[in-house]
Amino acid sequence: MARQYETVIGLEVHVELATETKIFCGCSTRFGGAPNTHTCPVCTGMPGALPVLNKQVVEYAVAIGLAANCEITRMCKFDRKNYFYPDNPQNYQISQLYLPIARDGYVEIECGDTKKKIRIHEMHMEEDAGKLVHDEWDDTSIVDFNRSGVPLVEIVSEPDMRSADEVLAYLEKLRMIIRYLGASDCKLQEGSMRADVNLSVREMGSREVGTRTEMKNLNSFKAISRAIEGERQRQIELIEGGKAVRQETRRWDDNKEYSYAMRSKEDARDYRYFPEPDLVPIVIDDAWIEKIKERQPEFQDAKLIRYRREYGIPEYDAQIITSSRHMAELFEKASDVCKKPKKVSNWLMVETLRLLKEHGMEPEELRFSPENLAKLVELSEAGSINSSVAKEVFEKMFSEDIDPERYVEEHGLKTVNDEGELNEVIKKVIDSNTQAVSDYQGGKEKALGVLVGQTMKAMKGKADPRRVNQRLKELLS
Amino acid sequence: MANKISDETIEYVGILAKLELSGEEKENAKADMERMLDYIDTLNELDTEGTEPMSHVFPVYNVFREDIAENGDGSGDTLANAPLVKEQGFKVPKTIG
Repeated sequence: MARQYETVIGLEVHVELATETKIFCGCSTRFGGAPNTHTCPVCTGMPGALPVLNKQVVEYAVAIGLAANCEITRMCKFDRKNYFYPDNPQNYQISQLYLPIARDGYVEIECGDTKKKIRIHEMHMEEDAGKLVHDEWDDTSIVDFNRSGVPLVEIVSEPDMRSADEVLAYLEKLRMIIRYLGASDCKLQEGSMRADVNLSVREMGSREVGTRTEMKNLNSFKAISRAIEGERQRQIELIEGGKAVRQETRRWDDNKEYSYAMRSKEDARDYRYFPEPDLVPIVIDDAWIEKIKERQPEFQDAKLIRYRREYGIPEYDAQIITSSRHMAELFEKASDVCKKPKKVSNWLMVETLRLLKEHGMEPEELRFSPENLAKLVELSEAGSINSSVAKEVFEKMFSEDIDPERYVEEHGLKTVNDEGELNEVIKKVIDSNTQAVSDYQGGKEKALGVLVGQTMKAMKGKADPRRVNQRLKELLS
Repeated sequence: MANKISDETIEYVGILAKLELSGEEKENAKADMERMLDYIDTLNELDTEGTEPMSHVFPVYNVFREDIAENGDGSGDTLANAPLVKEQGFKVPKTIG
């Protein structure tokens, strides 16, 4: 029988914080500015420039640490990590090695039916590097320092994950927590969330840990999944072939679905860390922690418990809705206004998710107000508009946040409840569709649909199809 | 001189510092580093028993700035000393990270 292997994975996740300014200077962090416009002597490492810490970075880092059940380090400080690279103008990165801001936490993930705790070894604050753009044409690189000095939090997990699915569940959990806090938008494609995967394999049942490799350049959940499978196979093949796995950093090429060794042996990591002399230590006392705790939002787990009690919507719907803080708040506010949580949930679960997918949008980008959603639910439930009109109004609301009441009024979309008008139209339809009428009366149930359709058309969609159906049956029996 | 820097060490430091040193430069650098280490040895003569390691020389904590953008377009000054500029960026030999 072939030998069975277990994959052991730990993650280093970098998250760009959603501050207005960089970690040590007053330059903007906005994404996409013209090259080098968001730079100053501090973030380009000019001699004599002095960094001053952005307070908001500490607040976000503590908030994430608390949400991930970490111990907050009461006195932490920065260190210099020395290396030469064109994206690093100071020739060192200001980071935290000896006293990182948070330690010893965990997040709980759900994978299939099992719950599992993934422990967090530590979290530290640091600055991002600049960006290198490669010019294939003349074989040069162009350096843009707009990203240099953008604040990052690096979250280092313990090697607690055993599969790509667990890794994705962990990343999704982290992303959800951080988005709930508004501390980052965590977009893998844009690089505001980056994950390096440390992976080793060992024979099933073994307690020893194999030699691990570190994989970089993973910028989508799918790439992470494929890279894990590819690296697991590569290591197993080496071991089965009697060769050793080398400890090294590898770069994943998602097009070729293969990883390549990045650093040669002589470039071995020796960062010669030492305490950063330009920044003073940070003391985080109980009062400060309490203040940040008070501001923490209600997270998904707490929301799920409360939803069960207050709203009684299906568990699955509650899971999806609370996976985004913004969508959860839309749901709560709209439900509180119209008192019809199940209907609100249906609009979010069906039409909203459909349109989000169609437009390639995230729930955080929903722009309609809960008040307008509540109005739409009320119009629809009172029978003032029929379901196809309601969908049309919803689409308008989704893209432009229109007021459904006013929109329906202005466009004359209200269902006609005038029995006299409806009867007249139906009679005309019966008179001019003799074939369908005789088919129906001859036992072809389907023919009724033609008559309903004709009536709805003549009413310009403003009739209640259930009512039309009922009335036709009465008249034709 | 009490401290000795080996050939391997100076080779390794050269790699880390991205310096290519000639034989003579290596010998000079070795002698300089040995003198520096000897000087540091003076500190070892002090009795530091019971002294807590410091993380900073000043008894100052929590110096922060508020998260408010104060700097405008700094590209002019930033690129002023760039040896080569292309598309408003520093042009460097091809580097893949």
